Formats: sequence, C-alpha cells, structure tokens
Amino acid sequence: MSNKSDGRMAGRFPRGMRQFFHQISQMANSPWGSGPKGGGDGGKDDGGDRSGPRNPWVTPDPADSARGRKPRGPSALDELLRKGRGSFGGGGSGGGSDGFNFGDSAKVWKWGIAALVGAWFVFSSFHIVPPEKEGVVTRLGSYSRTVGPGVKFTWPAPIERIRLEDVRAIRTMQIGSPNATDENFVLTRDQSIVDLAYEVRWSIRDPELYIFQLADPDGTLREVAESSMRATVANFDLVQAIGPGRVEIERQVQLRMQALLDQYRAGVTIQGIAIRQADPPSQVDEAFKEVTAARQKRESDINLARAYEQQVLERARGDTAAFDKIYEQYRLAPGVTRKRLYYETMEGVLSNTDKTIVEAPGVVPYLPLPEIQRRANAAPEAAAPEAAPKGGQ
Amino acid sequence: MFETLTRHPLRLLVGTVALLVILSQTLAIVPEDKQALILRFGEIERTVNRYNPKESFGHSGAGLVVRVPFTDGIQYIDKRILGINMERQQVLSTDQQRLQVDAFARFRITNPVRMYTAIRTEEKLQQQLATILGSSLRNELGKRTFATLLSPERGQVMDNIQVALNREANKYGAEIIDVRIKRADLPEGATLEAAYNRMRTARQQEAITIRAEGQKEAQIIRGNADGEAARIYSASFGKDPEFYDFYRAMQSYRQTFLGENNQGTTSVILSPNNEYLRHFKGG
Repeated sequence: MSNKSDGRMAGRFPRGMRQFFHQISQMANSPWGSGPKGGGDGGKDDGGDRSGPRNPWVTPDPADSARGRKPRGPSALDELLRKGRGSFGGGGSGGGSDGFNFGDSAKVWKWGIAALVGAWFVFSSFHIVPPEKEGVVTRLGSYSRTVGPGVKFTWPAPIERIRLEDVRAIRTMQIGSPNATDENFVLTRDQSIVDLAYEVRWSIRDPELYIFQLADPDGTLREVAESSMRATVANFDLVQAIGPGRVEIERQVQLRMQALLDQYRAGVTIQGIAIRQADPPSQVDEAFKEVTAARQKRESDINLARAYEQQVLERARGDTAAFDKIYEQYRLAPGVTRKRLYYETMEGVLSNTDKTIVEAPGVVPYLPLPEIQRRANAAPEAAAPEAAPKGGQ
Repeated sequence: MFETLTRHPLRLLVGTVALLVILSQTLAIVPEDKQALILRFGEIERTVNRYNPKESFGHSGAGLVVRVPFTDGIQYIDKRILGINMERQQVLSTDQQRLQVDAFARFRITNPVRMYTAIRTEEKLQQQLATILGSSLRNELGKRTFATLLSPERGQVMDNIQVALNREANKYGAEIIDVRIKRADLPEGATLEAAYNRMRTARQQEAITIRAEGQKEAQIIRGNADGEAARIYSASFGKDPEFYDFYRAMQSYRQTFLGENNQGTTSVILSPNNEYLRHFKGG
C-alpha cells in the first residue's frame, strides 16, 4: 500500500467534500490544542495570501491554495504522526503532484468516520414523532413498543427501527364512482339492481396490528367493504335501498365491517359509511321518472280538488250569509218584506225586458211573436207599443 | 490503535467489508411479519417465528437468528393474513340463472414447513388456492337456487365453501380465515334485460297505482266539499223553507230574465190576471 494510492483516494473526494474534511480538521485544532503559530519552515511569506499548509511534509496543494486556505500551525496530531513515521517508511515526503498527503488524509479518515457515526446516531436513534402519529419500534425485528408523540430515542438503525403510522387521521376510501360511465351494481332482495357509490371512513386503532397482521390492508378493507355492502343490501328491497333504508344500510355495513376486521385483528376502526349515491341503473331510469311524474299528477289532482272545495264552501257561506240577513228583516215584518222583494224583483226584470200585455181574457189573440222578437233584436231601445208605463226607475 | 487503523485505510476497509459479510451470513433478522426456515444445504433444519395464534407481538419468535455462515440459507415466509384473488366465475344455479361471482378468501400460512415442501412460494400457493376456491364455488352454488344467494341462507353456503377450501389448504400448510362473496352480478344479456324489465314493470305498476290514488283522493275531497256545502245551506235555509222558496224564486227570476249584465232580451207576455198587474187593473 503506497501513499500514492492514498493520495489518489483522497484526491478522489469531490471538492466540497474535501473542504468539509478540511473544516473538520480545522476544528481539530481546538481539542488537541493548537501549537504556537509561526515556525515557518516552509519558507513562505506569512503575509502572502498564497500559503500552503504548515506541514513540513506537504507540498502545497495548488487547489487548496487557490481556495485560499489559511495557514495552520502544526497540531498535536501532526506530532503524533511524525512519531509514527518510522514504521511507515517515510511516506508522504515525496512531493507527488497530486499532493494530498497522508497526514491530512489520516485526519480526514478519522473525522469522516466520527462524523458518519455521529450522523448515524443522530438520524437513526433520535426521532420526532408528530402529534398525530405513533411509532412502532422493533428491536432486531421483534416488536418492542409503541411510542406516542414527542421526541423519542431508540437504539440506532439496524438494532432498533421505528415506523410511524398516523393514528388520528380519518382516511377515506371511495367505492363505486358517482358518474354514469362506471356503474357499481348491487343486487337487492327483490332481485333488482341498484347502482351504488359509497365512501368508507376508517382510522388505524392499533398500529402494530395494522403493520404486522395484514399483507395488503387497503385491498383487504376494500374487499371487506364490498362484501359487507352486498350482503347488507341483499336484505333490503330496492325501494328501501334507494330511499329511506339508506341510513340503516350504512349502519349495518359499518357493524359488519368492524366485526370482520376485528376477526382479522386488523387494528382498524371503521368510523362510518356514507352512501353518496344509490340509484336505479340508467336503463330503467324512464320507469322511475314515470313514478315521479305519477306522484306529481296525484298531488296536482288533489290540489285541484282542494281548490274546488274552497270555492264551493265559500259560495255556500256567502249565499247563506245573504239569506240570513234578509231573513232577519223578514222575521221582523214578514208581509211587507215579502211584498217589497216581489215588487223590486218584478221592476228589475220587467223594466229591462219587452213586455206585451194581452187584455183579452178568453180570446186567443194573434201574436206576431217573430215580429216582436225581431223588434227586440233590432232596436232594444225602441218604444214598446202601447206599453205599460215603465216602472219607476 | 486508531492511528494504526487510519494508517491503513484500505486494510480497514477490506476488514470491515469482510466482517460485514461474515456477520450478514451469520446473523439474520426475522421481523414480526415473517416466518423463517433455516435451510442447511437445502434441507429444512429448523423454523423460526412460526405462527402461533396465542402469542402476542414482542413475545413471538421474531428477532435475531444465528446460523452457520455459508452453509445455512434462510427462507422467509409471510406470517400475515394473505388474500386470494380469484378470477370472476360464471356459475349456473339450479334454476338455470347464470351468475357472475367474485369471491375472495383470506388465509394464513400456519405450517411453513409443509407449505415450503409442498409448494415453495406464497405466489404459487395463492394461485393454487384461487383455483380450488373457484371450483368449490361452482360446485356449491350449482346446488342452489339463485334466490339463495340473496338470502340469509347464503351464510351457510359460504361456510360449506370455507370448510371445503380449508380441507385443501391444510395440505399446503395454510389455514383459511374467511371466504366471502364479493359480488354476484347478473351477466350481460338476457338475464340482465329480464331483471331490468321486471324493474320497469314494477315501477309502471306503482305509477298507475299512484295516479289512481290521486284520483280517488280528489273525488273524496270534492264529495266532502259538496256535502259540507249542502249542510251549510240546509242549516241556513231550513229555518223557513217557505220563505226560502219565495226568496230563491225572486233570485231566479232576476238571473233567468236578466242574465249577467242586467240586459235581458226576453219578451214577456203578461196576462192582466197576473199578480203583478193586480193594481194596474184598478183592482
């Protein structure tokens, strides 16, 4: 293993990475205590902006100096490395042009590994469980515990793993769709067909059961929902299913689903079923519209009859009220009222009609009735022949 | 120590990789939802985390498994409830109704050794069970009438199917948990048309009934109105029928001789003996 290959290894790091490593090794100055500045054995001008690392075995890396690295004093680590050189066969002093030397790469290795281990710990043993979730922790594959929301610690990754599941959210699943193209036919008790679209609302009750028990939770839920719905609707008549029975169907489906899923130990709670659409199939729509039309016809017939009833009763009440008024008068003075009414009526009638008085008892006179008729039609206002004096009007 | 390692980064790397390989060959994690078979040169040596209905998670056999590296293989078998997806079956019921039936079943592998020796993989087992489910459905439903499928009796049918299917599944180390009919549809064509026709005629009958009901209601309302009006009239006029006769006659004369607009075109021929002309004659 030559240090050339080390140089290559180090050189293989992308620039950003190298800078990062460099920063880490800069930080290294603090725990090991930085040596006194100066001692410029590199013979370079400290004031110059182009200064290589203060490592005697390092030829300045042009890339580094181009990035303007700050001069550094030899650190304790350098000293240690210098002591260890003997066993190494004086590696690193050969000024390879790729010149990222071993002293640096040792630091890079050391801090790189430290950073990786740190990151590994931070990312895999420190978990923030959001308020709506619970975490299922497995230790080496075996279920260990379920943790609630908050900041939780576990052993790092391969030892313990955590899987977060949302236990508060109500999830929805749509079955059948409410547009006419895609029909979801369900048979009813009277062997009719109803086109159903509904929604299942559910949530996770026990995340560990939910994760470990079912191979395909979504598919299972869907199948259980469909079979429960069909089994339930098969106990209802069509008319019930598309109207008043819907609430009852929803309730029964929910109970059925819950029972089945509990039997599977699925760790799921069914929050509710909502039937969004329950219609007869489009092929028989006309017949159903006919029923609606018949209902409207029935209503309009009844309304007309009610109007007639109002009319007849009002009229009766009006007529009788008028009669009652007159009758009161009549009771006070029967004879006079009667006469008055008679004469008033006769006046009214005879003053506005043609009158012919025949003064020949026992003789049947010739009456030119058509003539009379014609005169009446031609000149209603014409003076009546030998007319009786008109009633005083 | 650390420096020694860092001075030989490649050595470190190779060592680490080797260690990881050996570890991964020796140790294996069996999760809660898997059963594992340890195979030594292909022979089943032992099982880990076999399904046991009484155990609870965390106290099952799941966890770390140690095996002999490079000789022991490990075969994972699902421990969860698995589904069977059956192709839609056409079933002919005893009353010659054709039906499209979709059913599903849920099962669990309870005997991984038997399952592995009999059929190897879950997929093959699922296919096998689906085939069996299809045939037992056809057999069982073929003995029933169509109406049975839509009745509470259907539970009995499903139980029979489940028993039959379970008997088969046990040969493969699986246990059927549940069998259900997902959908039973009338096939396109004559059967479906017949159902539609039945639905149509039922609705038409309902429509006719509703219309007749409406007419009946309307007649009852009218009749009641007439009756009530008569009651009102008689209550009032009955107080003095003789006077009513006179009063109504007067009204009637006005109405018939004058019409609506007080302009009668009637010709009246009066005899002098008329009551009205009594005084006119000087009587």
